[in-house]
Amino acid sequence: MSINLYKMQYTVDERGYYGEFGGAWIPEMMYTNINELKHRYLEIMEEESFRKEFDELMKDYVGRPSPLYYARRLSEKYGSHIYLKREDLNHTGSHKLNNTIGQILLALKLGKTRIIAETGAGQHGLATATVCALKGLKCVVYMGALDVKRQDPNVRKMKMLGAEVIPVHSGNKTLKDATNEAMRDWISHPEDTHYIIGSVVGPHPYPDMVARFQSVISAEMKKQLAEKTGSELPKRVLACVGGGSNAAGAFYHYLDHPEVELIGVEAAGLGVDTKETAATLAVGSPGVLHAARTILMQNHDGQVTEPYSISAGLDYPGIGPLHAHLFKTGRARYLNATDEETLRAVLLLTQLEGIIPALESAHALAALEKISLQPNEISVICLSGRGDKDMQTYLDYFGY
Amino acid sequence: MNMTGKVMSLKPALMENHMQNRIDDLFREKDKNILSVYFTAGYPNLGDTATIIRLLEENGADLIEVGMPFSDPTADGPTIQASSDQALKNGMTLEILFEQLSDIRSHVKIPLVLMGYINPVLQYGVEKFCRQCSRTGIDGIILPDLPPDEFSLNYQEVFKANNLHNIYLITPQTPDSRILEIDRLSTGFIYMVSSSSTTGAGKKVSDFSREYFSRVKNLKLQHPQVIGFGISDRETFENACQYAHGAIIGSAFVKALQQPDPLEVIISRFVAGITGTEDREG
Repeated sequence: MSINLYKMQYTVDERGYYGEFGGAWIPEMMYTNINELKHRYLEIMEEESFRKEFDELMKDYVGRPSPLYYARRLSEKYGSHIYLKREDLNHTGSHKLNNTIGQILLALKLGKTRIIAETGAGQHGLATATVCALKGLKCVVYMGALDVKRQDPNVRKMKMLGAEVIPVHSGNKTLKDATNEAMRDWISHPEDTHYIIGSVVGPHPYPDMVARFQSVISAEMKKQLAEKTGSELPKRVLACVGGGSNAAGAFYHYLDHPEVELIGVEAAGLGVDTKETAATLAVGSPGVLHAARTILMQNHDGQVTEPYSISAGLDYPGIGPLHAHLFKTGRARYLNATDEETLRAVLLLTQLEGIIPALESAHALAALEKISLQPNEISVICLSGRGDKDMQTYLDYFGY
Repeated sequence: MNMTGKVMSLKPALMENHMQNRIDDLFREKDKNILSVYFTAGYPNLGDTATIIRLLEENGADLIEVGMPFSDPTADGPTIQASSDQALKNGMTLEILFEQLSDIRSHVKIPLVLMGYINPVLQYGVEKFCRQCSRTGIDGIILPDLPPDEFSLNYQEVFKANNLHNIYLITPQTPDSRILEIDRLSTGFIYMVSSSSTTGAGKKVSDFSREYFSRVKNLKLQHPQVIGFGISDRETFENACQYAHGAIIGSAFVKALQQPDPLEVIISRFVAGITGTEDREG
């Protein structure tokens, strides 16, 4: 149940493509590692010993299944039924641990002894540092210098867990730059190192592998919805999208159910009509970023432009190739929410439900204002993370 | 690709219909100590591109790799990253680069190769890019993030039609079977990445894996090999040349371009420092 292995309509082909998006546009220096991963990830994920340990850790360490919570007061406010998939209640406070548990077990099977990761908000870095502590592996986390500043609590947690956090000073000093630097590290350490990419981005097989690890989210949603409502299919599923891993997980088991509306919510920053935005699908065009053909923010000369969002986890100029494909085919719809709309949604959820969400996840909540909700419909929002790491931003903005 | 990682299904580059290419001419005339120099177009100043090419040729470089700057050069170390950033800040684009090179063949005879990343080329349009290269007198292209399978599937024909060599990289991790396959797909020469690193890592050739160099030598490839990454001075250049037909100097030259002297002085001093005989005699 926890890892999906069957072929679906929206699965990658053997070259790692979702339609026209994906592939492995890697320099030769990454070939051996990517090739090994490509040929072994499915086989390893199917091994009995892998599945057993993965399932056990998901249950006893991550705390799965995460609750599907009926948000009564939020539902009343919008005059419709709203459920929250509580990924924020996972150990380490977000959905990111689903993927890092999977990848650390995979790395051990591949005989790797050193782990590297990129991080934006620090949630993926934290989840990686956590599994490295759990398994006793060396951990190096690359993080944009700007993000190191704005996500200080996560930086300190990673260090306490024994990880080395390397601030990246190139570019905008955010997630894209951290990813560049992690790729350079992997090029320089091809033998002993596994790169745990935190989202459904990067070269094949990462987008597919990470989506499969995160697919536990929608696998549980189906079961929980069936128990609570009698049907495993909601009217719609909403999730925030940076690279798009929690959305990929929340959409996964609904992709082949066209009657379920899938809505991804990007970070508009100050607005999609300004330069200060991270809403890739709203302003981007096809190209190659971080070794995948996808949609990205770029100028006419093919230089990647710098994104902006208040949320470090969504502050990325690309998007996973699965989402580019869902966007292109119309299978999913992509909205966006500005910094301000998001902060309003943070306060709304906090005061209606007693849940302080992460800035990233609050983008999905903000989209409730932008769609027409009918009284008898059921919407599920993937609440991908909790707001502890964003408290300083919230306190500064709201003035408490 | 099949399960062993070989590129089996791909057609070899056709060797017939062989048009003349300056890269082939170079390797026919000179089979050792080939000095290839990389620099980033538009650095240190936007207008320096053609001047640097001319001065490199005058001072004895055999081949020049002109870097097309990119915002996210993931295979490059700090020196070339910084030069790319500066070149982009200076306003460099592919459009401008082709303008700067439009007249280059009236005074430069040695082979010219453009090196960069795939995304700007995709936005420019691959076919238009190849036509422009051919018109300008470019002989080869190095795009590290354009892997053999994507190239063979989509771009091989248009490269060939424009008489452009596509130069592949191999690394110490590349298995023998794949090296042979890359040799089969290659045209021009093979770029041998000296060690596991990004550009400019500055390890000495003596520290490099001699096992790797001898292994490649023993494969008796049909295309000449040029060693790059970490070649920075006369010692590392000469060492690398013992194992291959030549070597590529990139970061060390880009660093030299930061010196306050006129380009004439910097480039003449730099190339003499690598190949000049006067130091040795003196």
